[in-house]
Amino acid sequence: MIGGGLVGAAIGYGLARQGLKVTLLDEGDVALRAARGNFGLVWVQSKGPGVPEYQHWTRLSSDRWPGLAAELRETTGVDCAHERRGGFAICLTEDELEQRRQMLEVLRRQAGAVEFEYEILDHGALARRVPLIGPEVVGASYTPYDGAVHPLYLLRALHAGLLRHGARYEPNARVNAVHAAPHDFRIEARGTAHAAPRLVLAAGLGSRELAPLAGLHAPLRPVRGQILATERVAPAIPLTQKIRQMSEGALLIGDSFEEAGYDDSTAPQVLSALAARAVRTFPFLREVQLVRSWAALRVMSPDGLPIYEQSARFPGAFLASCHSGVTLAAAHAYPYAEAVARGALPDELARFASRRFDVPKAA
Amino acid sequence: MSAADLVVIGAGPAGLAAAASAAGLGLATQVLDEQPEPGGQIFREIERVAASHPALFSLLGEDYGAGLELLGRFRASGARHLPRATVWQIDDERRVYYRHAAGAASIQARQVLIATGALERPVPVPGWTLPGVMSCGAAQTLLKSAALVPDGRVVLAGSGPLLLLVAVQLLRAGIRPAAVLETPIQRFAALRHLPRFAAAPGYLNKGLAMLRELRASGVPFRRGVRGLAVSGAGRAEAVRYDWRGRRREQDVDLVLLHQGLAPNLNLALSLRCEHLWDESQRCFRPRLDPWGACSVPGVWIAGDGGGIAGARAAECSGALAALAAACSLGRISKHERDARAKPFLRERERHLAARAFLDTLYRPPAEILAPSEPRTVVCRCEEVTAGEIRRLATEQDCPGPNQMKAFTRCGMGPCQGRLCGLTVTELIAESRNISPAEAGYYRIRPPVKPVTVGDLAELDV
Amino acid sequence: MFRRLPETAAQPVTVVIDGRPVRVPFDLTAAAAVLIGDGITRTTPVSGSPRAPYCMMGVCFDCLMEIDGVPNTQACMVPVAEGMRINRQVGARKVRS
Repeated sequence: MIGGGLVGAAIGYGLARQGLKVTLLDEGDVALRAARGNFGLVWVQSKGPGVPEYQHWTRLSSDRWPGLAAELRETTGVDCAHERRGGFAICLTEDELEQRRQMLEVLRRQAGAVEFEYEILDHGALARRVPLIGPEVVGASYTPYDGAVHPLYLLRALHAGLLRHGARYEPNARVNAVHAAPHDFRIEARGTAHAAPRLVLAAGLGSRELAPLAGLHAPLRPVRGQILATERVAPAIPLTQKIRQMSEGALLIGDSFEEAGYDDSTAPQVLSALAARAVRTFPFLREVQLVRSWAALRVMSPDGLPIYEQSARFPGAFLASCHSGVTLAAAHAYPYAEAVARGALPDELARFASRRFDVPKAA
Repeated sequence: MSAADLVVIGAGPAGLAAAASAAGLGLATQVLDEQPEPGGQIFREIERVAASHPALFSLLGEDYGAGLELLGRFRASGARHLPRATVWQIDDERRVYYRHAAGAASIQARQVLIATGALERPVPVPGWTLPGVMSCGAAQTLLKSAALVPDGRVVLAGSGPLLLLVAVQLLRAGIRPAAVLETPIQRFAALRHLPRFAAAPGYLNKGLAMLRELRASGVPFRRGVRGLAVSGAGRAEAVRYDWRGRRREQDVDLVLLHQGLAPNLNLALSLRCEHLWDESQRCFRPRLDPWGACSVPGVWIAGDGGGIAGARAAECSGALAALAAACSLGRISKHERDARAKPFLRERERHLAARAFLDTLYRPPAEILAPSEPRTVVCRCEEVTAGEIRRLATEQDCPGPNQMKAFTRCGMGPCQGRLCGLTVTELIAESRNISPAEAGYYRIRPPVKPVTVGDLAELDV
Repeated sequence: MFRRLPETAAQPVTVVIDGRPVRVPFDLTAAAAVLIGDGITRTTPVSGSPRAPYCMMGVCFDCLMEIDGVPNTQACMVPVAEGMRINRQVGARKVRS
């Protein structure tokens, strides 16, 4: 396994729990870590309009999340604070609300055999369920499938879990070289060579450079997201997409989408805009104090969907990349890891292979 | 939004000296300071104390009184001073964002001087979060700013010049500590630095005088104390310690802890300027050139925030940074800068000569740097213990403070790691058998002090 | 926990600490006013343990109190004023709608 973030740790955990001998190579304390900079949503309601495979994959993960949370609690003693009580996407304009209605209708129609229910709430209906919204709030969409975890405890639990199942964890092990042959991989990291018949590449943005060495393709780019965190507050709001209250009480306010290259610093202008929207959504936030802000880089593919594939040239090498490492953690720990152990990805994941990006060069 | 040639953050010795010099060189200078009156912690409330409470002023001693001259120069210089202004961010264009009585505001600086001074090093012993346990500096601040003295049985514990100074100041105020407990100091290791220390102006005599005054008082002064712990139900009731081969217990109402100072780094760290591990002072500090330039252009750092050197050296550093800032703004030539700098450089050297001895003598004991008792709270805000940090560092191979923060929330509370950062670094370094430099430090981001969502929303950007 | 030095009289103001009016010198901070009593400023949102001011210089955040209705205010940074209401912060702050 290359990559100790949420994707790598979830797959590594899933492999180790099946009894495979796993070594997980990770970077050090200071690295571009989306795993330490996310909201912790297990979010379903906006995933996959026009791409039923992604809708199903997301839903499958969200359905398996209660089992993963229970298993991690049992194995490691760490409670990821998983909850699935539904989530609201709050809209400040009629346009936003109408767009959400249209998107959710597409998702309902393409859901097929899987039931997909949603509600569109106007201000009054929303205020009965989320009393602290501000007067400018137009309404919200709601689905019962959405949930959340504490993302930091999730990372801690996955790391503890894979160690509990006998995996080796190597921090400060930035990969220097990859030597690939079918079912025979040699990885050099921090002066040590690691050999294995299987290789899973889940190194986030780092996969971009490493993928070609194993016959994989990861055309990824960073998309910056900035988040604000408040002091601990007594329970105040249910789960909403852009503002959530963590189990310990802190409120997170997110999140921006910025093309900023590899710069993961915060910018006052962007944070101010996030704060302004937060105050319009929940006026009580005006006097709540912010104690932290941070920025992290999303791992984004050209179409925003995950990339899953096995190398055709070097069978045994797998790639896993996405920007929803929390939502998809259960899918990664269970079906994806089981597929890697079997040696073949299932047909449902064919849609996510990188060959979808191979377009003819000629104009 | 306002603007200034030089924005100085902090109104202690470095900030005041810098502001006075800069204003004197014709720079439009704005000082932003958190406290209600200029002076920093060392000269806290000095003008008011001097004017209203002469007895208190004299018992605080001549090092305190010396601040009046600096305050006078600052007041006369024309530098603007905004008290009770808390800076929470400096951006890439050197705009300085702060919060004060009227809400959030910002000022565009051509040059920035960070003079945020020192913090008392954390003293994580069992029970240090109990009411009735404070830092020695806190007691001194209460004495200077509010003329308050401890009421009841007080014990001072730890080591360092401030421990002795506070003991002596309390004695002069008529307060007799129940005991002064000194943790082990490094007399033999420090000995080779004694000649330079003795040559530094006034230090040796002042130190010996404090020791004499303390001894003459008859207050039990126990040296070489280990295994310090405070206990009590809901507040400090007893302090326990090992001394001369026996476990001792002393009933208390108040315990004052001190274990030296460390630079207050959060603002500098939030700029991502380069920092390095200072082994002799056992802390991180920004890498600075002799003028106080850090690795971020247009930003200077002076005073104890750049490494602990004391108030007199801080004044020199402040003046030097002001000269350098004026030069880089084209107000004075390099030649003039260098000529004016000479006395300050010389004076600073004289004071720095005291450091090696003091740093070696008062190097904090290992059991304080990386507490061995597993239930000791390390992060006061999030109540994370030494045992949990050690366990994650070893069993789960947690490589550094940032992963540790993610795993435990240590350093995520409102103090933003100021009271736990060095301890977490030391615990990881010790557990993983690496150097503190390799373990590293928290990545600090703005806001370095809390700001309300409303203030940020209404920011003029 | 603390008392005023006798020779340093200053104009008193009345503040209301946890509902009880108290006369204190005008030149104190709210935290110093509380330290004339039992010193306890808050209970923590993590374990509910009691805390008192530790640093008195604005860095430790153990003196967070509800001052004139504003929760989580650093009491060591706020000068007292006539009629100021100073309340212990119990656990996590509440929101006000």
